[in-house]
Amino acid sequence: MHRAGALPTDGRRLSLLRRAVVASLPGRCVQCGICSYNCPVGIDVRAQARRAEPVLDARCLRCGACVARCPRGTLQLTELAVI
Amino acid sequence: MTRHVLVGSGIAALAAAESIRAAQPGASITLVSGEAHPFYSRPGLAYLLAGAIPERQLQVRSPAELAVLRLERLTDRAVQLRPGDREVLLGTGKRLSYDRLLLATGAGSIPADFAGADLTGVVTLDGLDDTRRLVAASKRCRRAVVIGGGSTALEIVEGLHARGVETHYLLRGDRYWARVLDPVESALVERRLESSGVMLHRRTGIARALGSEGRVAAVETRAGAILPCDLVCVATGVRPRVELARSGGLSVDRGIVVSEYLETSAPDVFAAGDVAQAYDPAAGRPVLDTLWSSAAAQGRVAGLNMSGQKTPYRKQVALNVTCLAGLVATVVGDVGGEDDPDLVTITRGQSEAWHLGVTAMSVVDQQGDGRIRLRLGERTIIGALILGNQTLSEPVQRLVADQTDITPIRATLLEHPEVLPSTLLRFYQDRGDQAA
Repeated sequence: MHRAGALPTDGRRLSLLRRAVVASLPGRCVQCGICSYNCPVGIDVRAQARRAEPVLDARCLRCGACVARCPRGTLQLTELAVI
Repeated sequence: MTRHVLVGSGIAALAAAESIRAAQPGASITLVSGEAHPFYSRPGLAYLLAGAIPERQLQVRSPAELAVLRLERLTDRAVQLRPGDREVLLGTGKRLSYDRLLLATGAGSIPADFAGADLTGVVTLDGLDDTRRLVAASKRCRRAVVIGGGSTALEIVEGLHARGVETHYLLRGDRYWARVLDPVESALVERRLESSGVMLHRRTGIARALGSEGRVAAVETRAGAILPCDLVCVATGVRPRVELARSGGLSVDRGIVVSEYLETSAPDVFAAGDVAQAYDPAAGRPVLDTLWSSAAAQGRVAGLNMSGQKTPYRKQVALNVTCLAGLVATVVGDVGGEDDPDLVTITRGQSEAWHLGVTAMSVVDQQGDGRIRLRLGERTIIGALILGNQTLSEPVQRLVADQTDITPIRATLLEHPEVLPSTLLRFYQDRGDQAA
């Protein structure tokens, strides 16, 4: 589990980001829409959070803007499980 | 064709409509509400007030999602319930017949009780219209006075402050939100508020509001000081809107009493959301809460039951996450708390299940403004408050919700609180490994 602000700054950062995905924690989201509003590529992150689904949109930059802006700690950059 | 009538336009009513439509494609669904706005996020109003998002961003469903529901929306007030005739009387005189009825009328702010409360500029904050008015008022307001407690009062304080209004927050007691926070947590929030420029006044309140030409111009504090202001905001708590239920003779305690199927005392009449008083397993009795997640879950389950899919409502552990003076705060389970002179009832985003009166040992870890407070029962963590750094938020949430037996680490937590985070995280990860 890695919060946006806690991403390592060395070489691990890139490999981590390659596998990272924005996911939401249950029971926290109040659908305020701050995440979608701050997404630089226009992904409706809120809709994903409502369905408790990770953001698998190919446009996602893993920039962490939604994670950082969520006032309720709903979103996390997590590692996608390797199948 | 089953005729469903839903009273209310919050998340409980919307979730019920979605359940019903999924279960009964041919049913008719009529939704009555005094509000004509598209469905919006009520908790999100705080961020609209602070200027963090535009109003349209609060809409919680797309037009396409709403079209699928085929709702007949009526902008009207439901004023009387006649369960014997299976009908609801509306403010415009119209009668609405139902086969199944949902009361999702929410909770409303307690009005100000001081002299001068009827002056223009003395306000409470419930819905989008109130928020619009407050935003408009903030543009011509130089100085505001806020009273009350909990997250709503603070959201108003921070929202007005963010909009450049000189904001004075009057606390009756010694500290902020004594109902939920312990003294150290209150002090942390207060210090951040004060350093950002909010003026805190402790051990005082409003004796009366003074005005000229019908507009508020000042308040006289309980300490006798005159504080000139253009705006007075009151957030001393909310009460379930039970008038409609009462008009139909339904069983009402503090909220509308519902069964585990969310049915009221009248046949085929259901209740969900802030107005419903539903059984809480942790409390062992029906409790009120004003949490978005509870309202959504209750609406969903009520909708299933209204559609004939008998489904019990199982209340989850009470959880809310809020932002207090820029610090994310997660409150889960029974966090204890003291009497709070700033709140007459519960505030929005609160649960009665947070205060069950259970005696428990507290263990605390604090690093700067980050703080974790666990309340330990005999074998489980019965509640927790996590302020600031949220790394442990999810693990703690799950340990409380699952009532995990923490016997293996209980003594370590009590004797060595300085290693609380690592102890807890290791225990949580080991538990996950065992489950996998």
